[in-house]
Amino acid sequence: MTDKHFTIALAGNPNSGKTTVFNAITGARQHVGNYPGVTVEKKAGAATHGDVRLEVVDLPGTYSLTAYSIEEVVARNFLLNDKPDVVVDIVDSSNLERNLYLATQLMELGVPLVLAFNMSDVAEGRGYNIDDDKLAELLGVPIVKTVGHKGKGITELLDAALAVARDGQAVASQRHPNYGSEIEPHLKQLTGLVAEKCDKHRPRWFAIKLLENDAETIKRLRQACPQHIEELLAEAERLRRHIESICGDAAEIILADRRYGFISGACTEAVTQSVEVRHERSDKIDSVMTNRYLGLPIFALLMFLVFQLTFFMGNPLVDLLDSGKGLLAEAVGGLWGESGADSVLRSLLVDGIIEGVGAVMVFTPLIMLLFLAIAFLEDSGYMARAAFVIDRLMHKIGLHGKSFIPMLIGFGCTVPGIMATRTLETRRDRLTTILVLPLMSCGARLPIYVLILGAFFPVNTVLRLFGILPVTNHALWLFLIYIIGIALAIICAKIFRATLLKGEATPFVMELPPYRMPTLKGLAIHMWERTWLYIKKAGTIILAIVVVLWALAYWPKLGEEKLVVFEQRRAAVQADAHPDKEQTAELLAEIDAAEHEAKLEHSAIGRAGKTIAPVFKPCGFDWKISTATIGAFAAKEVFVGQMGVLYSVGDDVDEESVDLREKLAAKYTPLMGFCIMLFSLISMPCMVTVAVTVREAGWRWALLQVTYLTALAWVLTTIVYQVGSRLI
Amino acid sequence: MNDANVNPLPPMPLTMALVGQRVTFAGVRNAGRGLTHRLAEMGLTPGENLEILNRGSGPFIVSIKGSRFVLGRGMVHRILVRPG
Ligand SMILES: Nc1nc2c(ncn2[C@@H]2O[C@H](COP(=O)(O)OP(=O)(O)O)[C@@H](O)[C@H]2O)c(=O)[nH]1
Repeated sequence: MTDKHFTIALAGNPNSGKTTVFNAITGARQHVGNYPGVTVEKKAGAATHGDVRLEVVDLPGTYSLTAYSIEEVVARNFLLNDKPDVVVDIVDSSNLERNLYLATQLMELGVPLVLAFNMSDVAEGRGYNIDDDKLAELLGVPIVKTVGHKGKGITELLDAALAVARDGQAVASQRHPNYGSEIEPHLKQLTGLVAEKCDKHRPRWFAIKLLENDAETIKRLRQACPQHIEELLAEAERLRRHIESICGDAAEIILADRRYGFISGACTEAVTQSVEVRHERSDKIDSVMTNRYLGLPIFALLMFLVFQLTFFMGNPLVDLLDSGKGLLAEAVGGLWGESGADSVLRSLLVDGIIEGVGAVMVFTPLIMLLFLAIAFLEDSGYMARAAFVIDRLMHKIGLHGKSFIPMLIGFGCTVPGIMATRTLETRRDRLTTILVLPLMSCGARLPIYVLILGAFFPVNTVLRLFGILPVTNHALWLFLIYIIGIALAIICAKIFRATLLKGEATPFVMELPPYRMPTLKGLAIHMWERTWLYIKKAGTIILAIVVVLWALAYWPKLGEEKLVVFEQRRAAVQADAHPDKEQTAELLAEIDAAEHEAKLEHSAIGRAGKTIAPVFKPCGFDWKISTATIGAFAAKEVFVGQMGVLYSVGDDVDEESVDLREKLAAKYTPLMGFCIMLFSLISMPCMVTVAVTVREAGWRWALLQVTYLTALAWVLTTIVYQVGSRLI
Repeated sequence: MNDANVNPLPPMPLTMALVGQRVTFAGVRNAGRGLTHRLAEMGLTPGENLEILNRGSGPFIVSIKGSRFVLGRGMVHRILVRPG
């Protein structure tokens, strides 16, 4: 064959090691996008094998190919519409029967197929002896054993995949489940009808799906052959009734049962097990982690450790980057020399870009560590346990434990959190979770807290955990903020469940993957994917916003006649030649500050800020904070960037660049600092969150989310500020 | 399916099963087609064995075909099983 370009689609159950195999095949050459029309992530990557170029598409992880979740529909439609040259099903061979279920569906769909028996090391460790030649023969599909994270078997897997892709007859040799004498004749009949009236390529697949009363298939056939669909549906319905009357269960249940029967038949012949150990270690760990009494305390401790470690290790790095930023600003500013004070370009570079984008970038280590911790919880398998443990509490607010996973992801970033609500069974649960998700304080809000805490609350160690791990007051403050967010989420969820989204708790099922030691590579990739988004955001959206804000803060400039006044005052102080040098310097600094203030107030942003400031006055915010909180709508971390710009535009060239924290500390009180944190925690979610909510839930819910959160933020902050300032 | 009729014991809700007990899946009550089908695809078809590993104050952890599942409290009330 001359064609040197093939498309490989990777399918597989969640947790089968699909991502790991995908990474092993494609290395770093990946791109992430979305499937058209839905927010399901589409990962694709390029690879070469010998002299063949490969395009590898990572389908969403699914247990089956029914149409119960968007992921399943997406995977199925990709296979039907894009017709990849070969499908590689990543099978967790330590859990063969359940993983082969998807394989039977792929075989019924009639795609060219290769099975990767991944986790073969685990399977061996558990004493499974899999005769893969025999099983391959029984299923009519090539099988290759792999160990994903070690890259073992990947070359052989690609060899097998290419062989299938080149072989036009591969599909014909596949076996598929035989549904027995009660069903098979009827299925054949329906298959014949589909082939005759509608689809010649996959008549059996469509016939099976019609028997299962699969909504997505009915929709598809209705489009493909509108004139025959009613006839097909009527025939399918008749057969369904018939099957149900003789078998006692709905047709789709019988079909699922027979598929498992087919699998277990094949496995009995080809797999022997020397010892019964599956999950033993996992179960032991679980007897502690999900223990009735220990579960919750362990969970709370783990959460605390996540945040504590993030800060313990992250803060020194942030400080390091911060001083790096200072040096850079100085070096770039220095290029203009003494005379450059008025250079527009210099101000744009130093005050706008370095201060604004830099203020956001220096927090990258914290974000990275937080994502690392979340990746650890996900990859190790603990996340699903947390959902179990927390179920009791979640139940009290009318949700169930499964809703907790999106919320936990929301601590990293609200957007993937909202996408993760897809796994929830009912719309009620999804909507409630989406509405309160922004109250889980996301990573982008972290820079705000850290900036504020650093400015107003000198760091000190208040206690040592286990006698070694230092716990700082900052960690406790942060914990408080997070807890406030969680408490508010609980209250709001309860209110929504009692009013707009009434209804009893829904049944849920969730698989607990076995505990696994996460691999460094896996963690690194997970962490990096998300961190990269943060950095990219800083380099694009935030850069753009910061430049606009800088321009608004730079123009219109203060008139000469006003500037002259400051010059004169300065000259007067210097002429005075006060014996006390320090006092002179102080006076001069005061004048500089006043000039800076006057310049800002005269600028476009100053005027706009002054206009909206009265709204935020009860919260204790001046116009600068007010504009920054509004800027934070674009992206939460813009707040920090904006404060950076507001406090540096108009500064003198040779003035010692004072840390933004010091400037804040000089200007505001700790109470105001707390109010800023509180407002940032609760107030309107960022633009991207709103966009995703619109997409996932509709614009009405997005609107509700924005308004209720902003109103809540305003009211609470006002209360705290008003009460606080009277007490202090 | 048919062998379910052979088993003489009447089905009971899963909530009545004890930790460590092995039971046989008999069906789901008050459930729509979708839920029953999804359970079947997970491997929980009539006659299938499941073992109760943990019962918290609501959800259960059970073992089905060698996999561990959390069944939410709504679910454990609906699932019907027979002992043994
Ligand atoms: N022991 C073992 N672990 C593996 C293997 N393949 C992947 N893993 C690990 O299994 C976990 C889940 O893998 P991942 O690729 O994220 O699963 P996905 O949900 O299918 O994408 C990770 O911690 C991997 O390092 C394997 O062949 N053997």
